[in-house]
Amino acid sequence: MKQVEVLIIGAGPAGLSAADILLEAGASVAIVDRSDRVGGQLTKQTHMFFGSQAHYASKRGIDILTILFDKIKHHPNLHMFTNTTVAGLYPDKVVACVQESRYFTLQAKAIIVATGASEKSLPFENNDLPGVYAAGAVQTLMNVYGVKPGDKVLMVGSGNIGLIVTYQLMQAGVIVPMLVEAAETISGYLVHASKIKRLGVDLRMRTSVKRALGTKHVEGAQIWQLDEQWQGIPGTEETIPVDTICLAVGLSPLTELLQQIGAEVTYINELGGHVPRLNDRFETTVDGVFACGDVAGIEEASSAMIAGTIAGLEAALKRGYKIENVAERRASLHASLATLRSGPHAAKIRKGHEKLGVKS
Amino acid sequence: MRIHQHPILSFDKRKTLNFTYNGQTLEGFEGDTIASALHAQGIKMLSESIHLKRPRGFYCAIGNCASCNMVVNGEPNVRTCITPLEEGMEVRLQEGKGHIR
Amino acid sequence: MIEKTGVPSKEAVLEQFPERIVLVKPKAIIECYKEIPCNPCSTSCPFDAIHVPEDINVRPTIDFDACTGCGICVYHCPGLAITVMQVKDQKVMMKIPYEFTPLPKVGEQRNVLDRSGAVLTQGTITKVQTSPKQEKTALIHVEMDAAHLHDAITIEVTHGSHES
Repeated sequence: MKQVEVLIIGAGPAGLSAADILLEAGASVAIVDRSDRVGGQLTKQTHMFFGSQAHYASKRGIDILTILFDKIKHHPNLHMFTNTTVAGLYPDKVVACVQESRYFTLQAKAIIVATGASEKSLPFENNDLPGVYAAGAVQTLMNVYGVKPGDKVLMVGSGNIGLIVTYQLMQAGVIVPMLVEAAETISGYLVHASKIKRLGVDLRMRTSVKRALGTKHVEGAQIWQLDEQWQGIPGTEETIPVDTICLAVGLSPLTELLQQIGAEVTYINELGGHVPRLNDRFETTVDGVFACGDVAGIEEASSAMIAGTIAGLEAALKRGYKIENVAERRASLHASLATLRSGPHAAKIRKGHEKLGVKS
Repeated sequence: MRIHQHPILSFDKRKTLNFTYNGQTLEGFEGDTIASALHAQGIKMLSESIHLKRPRGFYCAIGNCASCNMVVNGEPNVRTCITPLEEGMEVRLQEGKGHIR
Repeated sequence: MIEKTGVPSKEAVLEQFPERIVLVKPKAIIECYKEIPCNPCSTSCPFDAIHVPEDINVRPTIDFDACTGCGICVYHCPGLAITVMQVKDQKVMMKIPYEFTPLPKVGEQRNVLDRSGAVLTQGTITKVQTSPKQEKTALIHVEMDAAHLHDAITIEVTHGSHES
């Protein structure tokens, strides 16, 4: 069995940020990712990021990925395992991997779980028809592979993902006549909403999908208005001629591996689902197993990068490496994270952390 | 369904790869996944549900949801949304849970 | 209301504008109506005209005396929430961020849209800026009748052929 020092699961913004600081500290790092492309969700983020200019704000996600990966990709102590799925994680830190049809195991001294999240679905009639796609999936199809999901799309959900993907669909030449939102108000950043509204997208609050139309694939969407109890109001149905229904209805953390290894997880609705209990060093209840990014609660990629750096820093210290000005760096990272979590849009995250009993 | 013009991204001409879908020869590009190559040809149905045989397409595109499982070179349950397309691949719609050779 | 429609109220929009006389010179109009953690408008400004405090959730404020209307903040704003406006000879000169293909051409007439997406008028494209430092957000200069100063926000997107 191959021995590795620090194993990172997931090569997204959190995992790559963790790798960077670990390599800088002198550790040997292995990163495993199930995609053949490094970057996780950064590979499809064509929009400029928010946050502080000190942490890549105003840069596009795809360009941030290049910066992050260029910093580490030629490092002699980095071992990349792409196209590799972690199929099992055991308490002695044995990691079972599947690369295409090859099975192998690795044993690590410390593990950082940065597996991210998966997209939720929405219950409505025919929601399994081809053409009903998760928003992130649509983004991947368009921005990574250069393929349009369809010609005309109904967007469901007004969080930042729904708003941003609507804009990106338009950039790819796809028509988005309408975005529906079950809540009373837009849930993402208003600047993103205004950006698509002024280009003619009909934003409908208190509205949801009743059913997808079609037999082999989506040929339309029937929408209806919702009452105060979130129930559809009969008689308010409207048929929207679209060939794609794009669902941007939230994400849930991918904590299966953490649960396998015995890390304590708690269901926190505000953080997207089951999340690990972490100490202030981002270590789970299993010694030497850290978690960061969306797997620890759904946030923005900007937060994931900072959290990844913190987890990497703590894992390096735990392995006995010295980091210059460690107290100062740690304080500054936590302060940046606290800032990202302090605005009105982060109220949900703060509430989730409060329930979990940790400081935001 | 390919994007040819994009304000932020450039999709350069890539090497063409030939593959088959249920015996029909199709073209994809190097860098495609099996699912993206099929979608680019307008093929949205990738599998059928196990019991009711309802058509299924991809859903998550990150290898998580199993909605895109197909039979590739005789092997069932291949997650086509994250499996890179290769020259000469034989891709088939999967029936039920798939059969091990 | 903006939280339901994505369209700011007329009063909210007017609050972002300086007095008309100030607009003889180009000035940035920042439409960032709700606190979000973000500061590139401030850090990108070479004239120190836009201020965001240490708590980057606080909305930006602008010093119209210092603002030169250069447009650098326009393509740095991740929310594409900044335009530059100037009124001269009964014409509005507007600079907007634009991230669609194909880009408009100088001299072209384009529909000018208001914040709800409705067509206001026709504008003339007077300049198309696309330097590498803009990182793919083009800066489009549009000229139109001065009557549309407070309503104009962008131009209609026209797509070329995307299919081969």
